[in-house]
Amino acid sequence: MKYRFEIICLLLIVGLFVLTQVVGNQFYFFIGFVILQYMVMATAWNILGGYGGYVNFGSAGFLATGAYTAVALINFLDVGLVEQMIAGGIFAGLLGFATGYLTLRLRGVYFAIATLALAIILETIVAHWDYVGGAAGTSILPKRKPELLGELIVDRKAGLFGNYKEFLFFLMGTVAILSVWVARYIENSKLGRGLNAIKDSEEAAECMGVPTLRLKLIATTISGAMMGVAGAPLASYLTFIDPLSAFNLEYAINAIAMPMIGGTVSWAGPVIGALLLGTAQQVSSLWIQSELNLLIVGVVLVVFVIIAPEGIIGWFRKSRQGSSR
Amino acid sequence: MTRILANRVRVWLLVGLFAASVVLSGSISTTAQAQDKDPIKIGFSMALTGALAGGGQQSLLAMQIWAEDINKKGGLLGRQVELVFYDDQTNPKNVPGIYSKLIDIDKVDLIVSGYGTNLIAPAMPIAIEREMVFMGLFGMDNNSKWKYEKYFQILPAGPDPAVGFSQYWFEAVAGLKPKTIAVIAADAEFAQNLKKGAVTNAEKMGLEIVYEQNYNPKTADFTPILRAANAKKPDVIYIASYPNGSAGLVRALAEVGTDAKAVGGGMVGLQFSGLMAGLGPMLNGISNYDFFVPEPTMDLYPGAGDLIKRYQAKVKEDNLKVDALGYYLVPWSYAYVDILGQAVNAVGSLDQDAIADYIRDTKFSTVVGDVKFGKNGEWDRSRTIVVQYQGIENNDLEQFAKPGTRKIMLPADISTGELQTFGALRK
Amino acid sequence: MAVFIDLLLNALVIGILLGGFYAALAIGLSITFGLLDVVNIAHPTMLVLGAFIAFLLNSTLGIDPILAGVLSTPFFFILGWLIYQVYYNVFEKSGAESLRGLAFFFGLLFIIEVGLVIQFGVDHRLVEAPYIGESWNIIIGQEIDVAIPFRLLVAFVVAAIATLAIRAYLTRTFFGRAVRAVAQDMMALRLMGVDPIRVKRIAFALGVATAGVGGALMIIVLPIEPSLGRLYLGNVFAIVVLGGLGSISGTLLAAVIIGVAESIVATFFGPSWGPAVSFGILLAVLAFRPEGLFGKTAGAH
Repeated sequence: MKYRFEIICLLLIVGLFVLTQVVGNQFYFFIGFVILQYMVMATAWNILGGYGGYVNFGSAGFLATGAYTAVALINFLDVGLVEQMIAGGIFAGLLGFATGYLTLRLRGVYFAIATLALAIILETIVAHWDYVGGAAGTSILPKRKPELLGELIVDRKAGLFGNYKEFLFFLMGTVAILSVWVARYIENSKLGRGLNAIKDSEEAAECMGVPTLRLKLIATTISGAMMGVAGAPLASYLTFIDPLSAFNLEYAINAIAMPMIGGTVSWAGPVIGALLLGTAQQVSSLWIQSELNLLIVGVVLVVFVIIAPEGIIGWFRKSRQGSSR
Repeated sequence: MTRILANRVRVWLLVGLFAASVVLSGSISTTAQAQDKDPIKIGFSMALTGALAGGGQQSLLAMQIWAEDINKKGGLLGRQVELVFYDDQTNPKNVPGIYSKLIDIDKVDLIVSGYGTNLIAPAMPIAIEREMVFMGLFGMDNNSKWKYEKYFQILPAGPDPAVGFSQYWFEAVAGLKPKTIAVIAADAEFAQNLKKGAVTNAEKMGLEIVYEQNYNPKTADFTPILRAANAKKPDVIYIASYPNGSAGLVRALAEVGTDAKAVGGGMVGLQFSGLMAGLGPMLNGISNYDFFVPEPTMDLYPGAGDLIKRYQAKVKEDNLKVDALGYYLVPWSYAYVDILGQAVNAVGSLDQDAIADYIRDTKFSTVVGDVKFGKNGEWDRSRTIVVQYQGIENNDLEQFAKPGTRKIMLPADISTGELQTFGALRK
Repeated sequence: MAVFIDLLLNALVIGILLGGFYAALAIGLSITFGLLDVVNIAHPTMLVLGAFIAFLLNSTLGIDPILAGVLSTPFFFILGWLIYQVYYNVFEKSGAESLRGLAFFFGLLFIIEVGLVIQFGVDHRLVEAPYIGESWNIIIGQEIDVAIPFRLLVAFVVAAIATLAIRAYLTRTFFGRAVRAVAQDMMALRLMGVDPIRVKRIAFALGVATAGVGGALMIIVLPIEPSLGRLYLGNVFAIVVLGGLGSISGTLLAAVIIGVAESIVATFFGPSWGPAVSFGILLAVLAFRPEGLFGKTAGAH
């Protein structure tokens, strides 16, 4: 069947919606939101990093762009969550485009450091921007009864979702599924093959007529936009946002570590990595009452990359090849 | 063949590792729970790692001492008390999940907050949604937008916390008749709030602000900042800084010096044992906020001195890696759960509305003195004290456990000394 | 005017000294990352480990922090040796690109950090030494008073000696030339009968060994706590890249440029813009000279 994957995606979105209606325990939505957000970040990172070999070290900058776009819109126009996410995606996409444009000549580690530099510069600017709270941060109160296209979204009785967290979880889940779909589409398209050629050898790709500059620009824009969409709901999730939490280095680390653990060659890698590392982080921090929770994350990271240097995907592929021989 | 075997081994290794981590974490949690039959559970997140862990670990120990105390007295409503807590890693992102787990999975009966404004904020909507009483630990104005009627906060800075925090410092330096002021603040949440309050107070006093700059937390050396401030010849310098900045500025003051008559105000970290001992005599002359110091007037509070002694003994005995003296947070962390406990016992049930009503209307007697809450669940008046570091001879920690090194300037009812100019106390 | 000159002179002096300190933090990375292409992201956390060792030796035995740093150098050398052994067998041998090792070093970063939290707790720590808190004032005329804090001066001198020694070692000795050859042409080395892996292992261990003295300087200049390494992660990588991969003197110069820029900005514009300015310089340099100030090849890597 030609559209098997698309149908699975749709079913998953429906499944998410059903989950929000059936599961009464809020806890799973909180945890789920965090893991799904990481999934989007990892998937978005992988489009540029996994397919194209360009390591983005400033993922937190894109995420924070989404988050702060949302804050500015809440303060300025008082718009709803979905609009915030769209706007967050647009602005982070523009930032991605600008990043791509500014760093066209940079490769490898130079590119990575340039993205980090951009994130730090952005953080400094946001810290000086008092309209969105500046360095002191700002509180965001979610709307009491948000509506979308005339439909009441969140209300304990009459709304589509009984609770704000269910709504956030559903939105983030939908975004995660969409971004996986986009990543898979790119992987199988001319863009993906072009990026792969760039990863192998940029000079060779250029000689073969691959429009390397254009492909890189497209990839940085898409990747940035996805991170922006993932970041936009952060303000509503935390109800308080300051530059330190929005530009947290943890986002950049996880966005890289998750695809590395899962495997960078395919869309499934970041998904598996996010599920595994995200769950390990949540499980360890919620069941272990001491600093040891961080240790477990460190040990998991080291052990995984040692026994599976090509990521879990690459490792299973190797096993399959090995046993078929 | 061997290759297939090797691959199999790898698969099992992988599966085993993941399973082991889950089982390990599961087993730890089961030992933590399910001991006495039907205790009253109090749940919270706490910064046990990350930037605020110094305060978080200190608070946790104080709360555990409280739990011990209350259980010895028969617990709450005749039931034993159990603390259920998780490390939020000083990352706000972890907080919603933690409170949800506390309420929905661990089924705690009462919740209190973790340490610090941005770690309290993400828990607010959950407390509000579940209509639970929420005790805050050192939050700066968390409730001004929510106006939640069941939130109560222990930072003693009065109904307008940012302004109340530095109120006594400005009253104290007013005696030096300053005309100009320089303001230096860290580029972070708490310090920025302090700065806003300080600017308000300075304007109220009619001081001219000749220098006002923020510094980034990554700053490695502070001498250029102090020099730039000195160049404007301010009469007093108000500093709202985080621990690394506080230490950096104290050292810069020793190296570059200043002609300002008073320096300090909102320097976080100078109350911590490690920094106090490390900086030693360089602290002389600095006037700063504090909450609790070993001055004789503070012994008026019932149980405070005893609590501190027990905390210090516990740290020594168990060789814990937390603040050795514990003046900064211990009494307050003890008090905010104690108030909740007092209210529960007085109301005689776990009815959250009744508990909130009781807390709102009652003047509590605690280890930090009399506590009465006012607007937005903040203190009804400011109780942030101003101390001046005096007569510090060396880097010995013990001297800070005795009266005299941090004399209380204001409030007047517990004052133990007069503010001297910064220069007078430098060698 | 005199006030301006006074401020400017002080800002320059402090900036240069600060640059020396930054160089001490970045020099190890300049070897492991710049020359050997190993993205040792745990390096700043290893520095913090070095700082805690200096703290331990200073607070229990009263040893001078610098001396403590020198004493802990062999430990870091062995640590680096072992880490490279694992890294080589897992990543380099299988031909995996250097970025693969990133997750490995992230994991290492967490493990060291938690180890520090468990052993030392999370409080800020300082050391005592006669040169901390004192300064050397040079008074010129009536109004110009250049104050040189001893703690920065010590950091600068030690950093300069270490950097120059490492640079001399890499350019003057046979082994040093072998290390630099490893970065460029492995085959040639093999033909010369040198085992490139052994060369890389020793060079990596040397890079990590700088964390002993670097960490000691860290605790002399500022208070430390276990997660401090993360704060300086961006800075040290930025300095190495700005200087140009593989260039030790480039690293030193880049560190001084960043130090001076930060100190000038802090004095005249506002300290909170410091990071934006130093990373802005980095971006600008990368835009016009993608290989850094003293990089070996255009668009290297």
